[in-house]
Amino acid sequence: MTTMSDVALSKAFTEQESAAIRGDFAILSRTVRGGKPLVYLDSGATSHKPRQVLDAERAFYEQHNSAVHRGSHQLAEEATDAYESARETVARFIGAESQEVVFTKNATEALNLVAYAFSNAAASGAMDGADPTVAARFALGVGDEIVITEMEHHANLVPWQELARRTGATLRWIGITDDGRLDLNDLETVITDRTKVVAFTHVSNVLGTINPVAAIVDRAHAVGALTVLDASQSVPHMAVDVVDLGIDFLAFSGHKMLGPMGIGVLWGRYDLLKAMPPFLTGGSMIELVRMEGSTYAAPPQRFEAGVPMAAQAVGLAAACDYLSALGMPRVAAHEEALTEALLAGLAQRHWVRVIGPVDGRDRSGVVSFVVEGVHPHDVGQILDDAGVAVRVGHHCAWPLHRRMKASSTTRATFAAYNTLAEVDALLTALDHVPAVFGVAL
Amino acid sequence: MRNLYQDIILDHAKRPHHAGLREPFDSQVHHINPTCGDDITLRVHLVGEGPAAVIADVSYDALGCSISTASTSVLADEVIGHTVEEALTSFSAMRRMLTSKGTDLGDEDEIGDGVAFVGVSKYPARIKCALLGWTAFTDALAQAGVDITKYALNSKTIARNTPETT
Repeated sequence: MTTMSDVALSKAFTEQESAAIRGDFAILSRTVRGGKPLVYLDSGATSHKPRQVLDAERAFYEQHNSAVHRGSHQLAEEATDAYESARETVARFIGAESQEVVFTKNATEALNLVAYAFSNAAASGAMDGADPTVAARFALGVGDEIVITEMEHHANLVPWQELARRTGATLRWIGITDDGRLDLNDLETVITDRTKVVAFTHVSNVLGTINPVAAIVDRAHAVGALTVLDASQSVPHMAVDVVDLGIDFLAFSGHKMLGPMGIGVLWGRYDLLKAMPPFLTGGSMIELVRMEGSTYAAPPQRFEAGVPMAAQAVGLAAACDYLSALGMPRVAAHEEALTEALLAGLAQRHWVRVIGPVDGRDRSGVVSFVVEGVHPHDVGQILDDAGVAVRVGHHCAWPLHRRMKASSTTRATFAAYNTLAEVDALLTALDHVPAVFGVAL
Repeated sequence: MRNLYQDIILDHAKRPHHAGLREPFDSQVHHINPTCGDDITLRVHLVGEGPAAVIADVSYDALGCSISTASTSVLADEVIGHTVEEALTSFSAMRRMLTSKGTDLGDEDEIGDGVAFVGVSKYPARIKCALLGWTAFTDALAQAGVDITKYALNSKTIARNTPETT
């Protein structure tokens, strides 16, 4: 009988493929802490960037650098071209139309952009000219409800708390089961006719849980609520298609998916984007400006005030191309093999408690754990001493940690460039922890 | 690594001195390290007035890593029974060593077991752990009416320079 593990292993990158991939990432060959090879297991915080991405950025600056959507000289044309074709590449990567892709600073800004659309919509004249049925979906006030989940990153939590505060709407949330999955038993009591928006994460940045998007979207749409998906931990690691998901908005960051820092994406259904008031205002996003007032450009330009981050957009497109060439199903299968190996290794260590699902089902390459009796900061320090880079803390998901009864955790996260040997390196370094801190085994 | 986790630190971390919250007290503060969610509730009890006032007790309830737990334990050892002025001198010396990037080895006369934390100064991300209890202590003194202006100003500078995440 073939187990899931065998299937995953057979789809994982071969040693030769892995070596070729790693060769594209110069930083992976450096050493840390006195000559130890770097074992980078913190891609969930930020990933490394392959040569292809860095080359694309350098080529933009060396050959086409100019302010996008301004000027009629040749460089301005080339820069605009590069920026807009980057948008097309990113759109293709997530199965979207390019006019539905808005470049932002990161996922955090993308989520704030949507949250602010609701409160800005209440301003006088903000929705003039918008389709009244669509405009009504952004009307939020006392008696209305915003639904999130208890497993959100602060980036998809605090903006909704603030939106509730600004509008008088009520914030509600879907809870988590003890094994780290969304508790869908009370879905129908949490998402009701009063719900205007449901914002939730595709993959938990702490638990690794892949959430059942369809079940939540079906319920949200049944009550007429808009859906916002935080895809920061999914787009870099699995094939994501916005049409298949059936959601209304999707946000992710470039720097977690082998792309540059300083660029993120908001995808939204065009009819919704078209009705939304602007978020940040200024140059580039206008249609007509008079001293008395202004009108605004159509999306996506309406949401891209100021000179845009063209070099980063070009870099992000190169990252999409890089991932597409590897094949997202292969990337997902490779990371699944690493995750299964790590979960199996941790299961053999009874002094370790994994926070999140311990089976491989609907689970991604994010593995958080605690060593009983040792603070995660101390665990991280021992791992760091062996050259193993992990993240420690609450990973910007404090309420989630409270729910899982852990003040903080140690978190290992994978990317396409990681290997089974690195999983072993983590486990070997981890075995030093109990002795250093005198924890009885 | 043993340079960071010296036995003195591990001993204090395992059995922190003067732990627990006690009465009487003049002020109580609650400090949080937003990076990791660690926190401390700390009380001070003073006898007397001004810089010559004696710190009769420091009691605390803390959640933290070995560095922060041990540092708070050392703090209690070093300041209980001493004057406010002596305690603030110890605080300054401790902070000076921790932020020296390894150039200040610490003076045992000023900070006692605190010298064991010299290795922390080479790990910028851990300085905040080692200072959590001490910062809470100076805040508690301020709330008890002690003028800590000249010490607190520097303390803020350090907080700004310490890496923090969302």
